[in-house]
Amino acid sequence: MADTPMQMNAETQVTQSAKPTPIVPPSNIAGQALSLVIAIMSFLACLTVGAVLMIDRSASAWQSQISREATIQIRPARDFDIETALMEAQAIAAGFEGVVNARIIDLPQTANLLEPWLGTGIDLAELPVPRLVVIRIDERNPPDFKAIGAAISEAIPNATMDDHRAWVDRLVSMARTTTFVGVAILALVLTALVLTVVFATRGALASNHVIIEVLHFVGARANFIAGQFQRRFFWIGLRGAVIGGGGAILLFLIFQFWAQRNLTTAQGEQVAVLFGDFSIGMGTFIGALLVIALVATLTTLTARLTVIRTIYEIDEQRADPSRQFY
Amino acid sequence: MIKFENVGLRYGMETEVLRDVSFEIPERSFQFLTGPSGAGKTSLLRLLFMSLRPTRGSISMFGRDIASIERHELPILRRRIGVVFQDFRLLDHMTTFENVALPLRVRGKDEADFRSDVSDLLNWVGLGDKLHALPPVLSGGEKQRVAIARALIDQPEVLLADEPTGNVDPHMARRLLRLFLELNRSGTAVVVATHDLGLMEQVDARRMILNNSHLDIYG
Ligand SMILES: Nc1ncnc2c1ncn2[C@@H]1O[C@H](COP(=O)(O)OP(=O)(O)OP(=O)(O)O)[C@@H](O)[C@H]1O
Ligand SMILES: [Mg+2]
Repeated sequence: MADTPMQMNAETQVTQSAKPTPIVPPSNIAGQALSLVIAIMSFLACLTVGAVLMIDRSASAWQSQISREATIQIRPARDFDIETALMEAQAIAAGFEGVVNARIIDLPQTANLLEPWLGTGIDLAELPVPRLVVIRIDERNPPDFKAIGAAISEAIPNATMDDHRAWVDRLVSMARTTTFVGVAILALVLTALVLTVVFATRGALASNHVIIEVLHFVGARANFIAGQFQRRFFWIGLRGAVIGGGGAILLFLIFQFWAQRNLTTAQGEQVAVLFGDFSIGMGTFIGALLVIALVATLTTLTARLTVIRTIYEIDEQRADPSRQFY
Repeated sequence: MIKFENVGLRYGMETEVLRDVSFEIPERSFQFLTGPSGAGKTSLLRLLFMSLRPTRGSISMFGRDIASIERHELPILRRRIGVVFQDFRLLDHMTTFENVALPLRVRGKDEADFRSDVSDLLNWVGLGDKLHALPPVLSGGEKQRVAIARALIDQPEVLLADEPTGNVDPHMARRLLRLFLELNRSGTAVVVATHDLGLMEQVDARRMILNNSHLDIYG
């Protein structure tokens, strides 16, 4: 034990590293668990965002595809020249404003359409099969369906006009319901995300109570202490959220890649009809970024408020000596 | 500098730990606070450190009634007080050096300015070779000396030491006492809570004795 310890200074000054240990320990079990929880919750939230956006997009795609068309159906009858009637119907429909074109489904195409029910190799000319004229509509300037329908059934009694209104209405309400359910689920997931982040952050902070107390007692201001913790927890939150959100986006990309590769197969086509083109639009990316920003902000803010409240409680105890402390 | 008037303290509904305690701690004074275990020494120090508020009576610190002190003023007032806690309260993830430097660090001081002061002080308390050790690997006496160094490092106006020699041998205890006297000579008022009679006999200082909730002062 040296009474004049100056000899040791040279050495100690050199060995004292330039970068001081952070006041909040860089990583402990609680911090890693917090990161993991945040990653999982962010992953789920981003998946939900993506799924809701995809449903919304598919729903409006069905809706517009179907509402873009109307059909005129002409039933065959004895002594009735269906081909002439088809052409007449086509001419009447095409004459209306708001109709882009009217197309007769010819016999081979009709056979194609009926193939699943009737099989191949059937001579349709001998069967009383109804025939169709498909009318494409200018969506922005739709024609007067009633007027077309009236004109056609006046000219051709066997013809009926179907503007798919019933279908469209049903699809619209279904799409709305689906989107609404999706948004409700998203709200639940986001609520769970917020609560999990808040409670997990507070849990992770609990192990740091001693640090807060010691800092407070050696004269650190509340702002200083909160600053130390919120910086650390910002990074913990950001790391978790980026891992989770990134994972979700990666999953969507894999899905999209798989869907595009399989688009040419019948199975792929079915999937495409159901879910649209599967492309993860800009919306999903923006949604994921928002989730990440939300989580990082939330973690930071929770850390700050929890630290400030802990200090408040430490000081409260001086007003109420019966409470355990020191 | 510090004045207690008819201070009473009780934890919850229990009997009073302190009753009608009145005393003054003048600037640059040196006193021992003693009394049997459980007499309330730590509680009295907590009152002095403003981490407890009295149940009755009034306390003034640095000329201010503590009842009127706002929450945000506490850290600044505490910077004028150095405390050695009975249970040390070191941060386990920081080295000895960093623990001692912590009060300076939270005051926003630059490490380049205090590095040699911290090393000197740690050398003085015999921990020159433990600058980079973490508290969990230190012995009880070593931790105690780190806690003392942390309390002294910013030359507080008041030093409150709770059993600061409880874990060291008599030789080290004498050495630490000398450190306190040194600090006292340079202007710090010192309160050492102890029941080590041998330690108190070495200095002719004021003795505040707690017994049955009462405080008697000798000298
Ligand atoms: N937070 C608390 N809540 C309730 N009672 C307490 C609390 N802290 C201390 N006490 C009681 O107050 C009395 C005085 O305790 P204190 O710690 O001040 O004694 P002490 O003189 O420091 O003892 P020692 O010499 O053993 O350290 C004891 O009876 C103790 O049980
Ligand atoms: Mg005690």
